[in-house]
Amino acid sequence: MDKLPEDATEPRWTTGSPTLHQITVDIAAPMEGKPGRLWYACLAVAVAALMVLLGVATYLIATGIGIWGLNNSVGWAFDITNFVFWIGIGHAGTLISAILLLFRQRWRNSINRSAEAMTIFAVMCAGLFPLLHMGRPWNFFFILPYFPNQHGPLWVNFRSPLVWDVFAISTYFTISLVFWYLGLIPDLATMRDRAVGKIKKLVFGILSVGWNGSHRTWSRYEIVSMILAGLATPLVLSVHSIVSMDFATSLLPGWHTTIFPPYFVAGAIYSGFGMVMTLLILTRQSMNLQRYITMRHLDSMARVLLLTGSIVGFAYATEFFSAWYGHDLYERYHFINRATGPYRWGFYLMVLCNVLTPQLYWFKRVRNNVAILFITSILVNVGMWFERFVIIVVSLHRAFLPSGWGMFYPTIFDIGILVGVFGLFFTLFLLFIRFAPMIAAWEVKGVAVDQASSHTGAGHGAEGGHHG
Amino acid sequence: MAKILVATFPDTANLLTAVRKARREMFRVYDVFTPFPVHGLDEALGVRRTRLPWATLLCALTGLTTAIVLQGYTNVLDWPLNVGGKPDNSTLAFIPIAFEITVLGAGLATVGAFLVRCGLLPTTRARVADVAATDDRFALVLEWRRTRLDHGQIERLLRQHGAREVVRKVLEL
Repeated sequence: MDKLPEDATEPRWTTGSPTLHQITVDIAAPMEGKPGRLWYACLAVAVAALMVLLGVATYLIATGIGIWGLNNSVGWAFDITNFVFWIGIGHAGTLISAILLLFRQRWRNSINRSAEAMTIFAVMCAGLFPLLHMGRPWNFFFILPYFPNQHGPLWVNFRSPLVWDVFAISTYFTISLVFWYLGLIPDLATMRDRAVGKIKKLVFGILSVGWNGSHRTWSRYEIVSMILAGLATPLVLSVHSIVSMDFATSLLPGWHTTIFPPYFVAGAIYSGFGMVMTLLILTRQSMNLQRYITMRHLDSMARVLLLTGSIVGFAYATEFFSAWYGHDLYERYHFINRATGPYRWGFYLMVLCNVLTPQLYWFKRVRNNVAILFITSILVNVGMWFERFVIIVVSLHRAFLPSGWGMFYPTIFDIGILVGVFGLFFTLFLLFIRFAPMIAAWEVKGVAVDQASSHTGAGHGAEGGHHG
Repeated sequence: MAKILVATFPDTANLLTAVRKARREMFRVYDVFTPFPVHGLDEALGVRRTRLPWATLLCALTGLTTAIVLQGYTNVLDWPLNVGGKPDNSTLAFIPIAFEITVLGAGLATVGAFLVRCGLLPTTRARVADVAATDDRFALVLEWRRTRLDHGQIERLLRQHGAREVVRKVLEL
């Protein structure tokens, strides 16, 4: 492939020109040194929230889901909202690790590892909700088809999107985990070869499965990464499409729309990038990694937020338009109720956070301000949580017959689980950035070498462009 | 146990020329150990493209077949259940799960085949030619055998091409 002349001004994805050894040292630093105060403070808050989750979940399993604010009208509320929210968060990780790999976007290289970890933790959080909502989580295996079938002649109903969900999410989790681990292996080997203590050497030795950097292995490794990326790309699109079908295949106004799959996928990527932004800003500040997670990375993510946020805004408008244009009484009523009914505050909060906030990212000054980026990235996730709340609760509370109308008020246990799951997520993530190489050192090295050679004009120009 | 010659390089450009040169001088390159995939090495070493995608295809097809048979057997043959008047053989409704199991099979098989093919297992002891090869060095490992160049000559040749260190080792690689 011929290089274009402007390649000389190709953006640099690391600040300064660290040597290869310097990259290893910098990335291993959080694992080898003691983390700063900010990290301990965050961990303390996260663990406290995790304790709340453990307490509430224990009480929930012991008592039953009656402790939630659910009723006959609103049978799905915070639990499913949280479920969709967390699954959505995961999507940005796969987008960064798989889709941007296929498009050879090199800015993914220093953020993909942590984004993938985020995906895995988010899917774990999401998976908790269907389990808790079962009321009897020890019977979870009833949702799987297995031989010999012990439910009389009955099998799980494969025509139900809820069963599709089971398969989609477990596949998504498995493939994400495998992809993430595969990427970790070379860096674990680096850690093994750097390790001083015996126990560290042994643990990293087992985890790095005997990796020695052989080129024959690398050559296969890159093909395998591309195949996995190719598989993960349609997979991630399918997962949120299937989640959206949990709603779209019903007949309820507000749920029964064909726009749902793309609308949900865009929203998922939007919320996921919001979370990646929050996490990376926390990480770079607490682990001193500004050199590798640069303002350019944050700028690129803000652009993705702008794009996906605008798609989400467009989808909201489309829903209202088709309700007006479609002349369906119930559909129309639903959307009037969404904007003027008792939960209108949720709707306006969602519009404020998801439609208006990302428009700030048109301005370069906003994209280059860490404080504003941090606050807006949190707003993105507040907005996306409320989007799911609006879709789920607002649709359910005024269904067809006025006699079936009702209201949902969360109990302290609903809120406890909502808060607690953030504790689980952040505890896992904080432990990850402390105990695992949270930047893909080998990928950053590849980019750094190409960057150096394209800037000095020396080196292997023709082969330079394609590091995974 | 094999007699090998390990030459370490600080950068990729020199490594590539040295690999080409060594092969031209009829040395057998055992392998090259690098901290990240170096492009152009495939051609320089004459490494053939991997056949792992066949494992992907095979297991994708196995997954697809499993999914179709599972759903067909349970929901159409074994116990057809009328759900909302939908036909027993609601083929379209079976597609999402068929897709998921296909992807699952293909992904796991690809990685599994890769790990087995490269001998990467938790019990594998890493056979490292140069410890810095996972950090910042590029190690070219030549198999030691009789050619028209003697040991001193090849060492000089490698150094000419930018090798920092040339070490003769007896190692099991």
